Amino acid sequence: MFVVASIGVLVTMALALTRALLGPTRFDRILALNMFGTKTVLLIAVLGFLAGRPEFLDLALVYALMNFIGVIAVLKFTAESNMFDSDREEGAHQ
Amino acid sequence: MIVLDVLSWAFLVSGAFFCIVGGIGLIRLPDFYSRCHAGGVTDTLGALLILLGLSLQAVEMIIAATNSGDSVLPAVLILVKLISVTVFLLMTSPIAGHATVRAAWNHGLQPKLHEDRR
Repeated sequence: MFVVASIGVLVTMALALTRALLGPTRFDRILALNMFGTKTVLLIAVLGFLAGRPEFLDLALVYALMNFIGVIAVLKFTAESNMFDSDREEGAHQ
Repeated sequence: MIVLDVLSWAFLVSGAFFCIVGGIGLIRLPDFYSRCHAGGVTDTLGALLILLGLSLQAVEMIIAATNSGDSVLPAVLILVKLISVTVFLLMTSPIAGHATVRAAWNHGLQPKLHEDRR
């Protein structure tokens, strides 16, 4: 049953990665990145039980913390910087 | 405990199902704000169901350790870690989704409305 859950999570990670590569706007990419990070946490937790080593949960906890802080940091960065102004045309109307 | 095993199996499989539904929604929905709906909702529900299934496995480990007279501490530690991951994800996933939508709105991204399609 852990195999079924981990395959489902892996398929979701592939779909999120596809959206991150396709994503027309940068916010699509950030959303897909956030989802990919959450699914990484789940995958590590499930793989820990699958391998009979639930101590992997420490890694999952650290991943959850880093993913949240990373997403907030990237959003803050995109909001305040002018570095990406060249792609402002793509669907954005000020 | 066969009941706990079946329950945990059902939680894990339904969690994986909701994760895949969220991934399909992320690919197929038309614009950013509707994709946020797919991502945000299933992120919370799928993660909750999968971690609940794993918690039931940890409860089963506690019961097995009690019956065989071993130390219960490692299994209890696993359960505590699982609960803390769950609580953390339940707090941060909606916050991250809200921050993403807010940043997109402040940036000036417009939702695709019905009259845009014509």
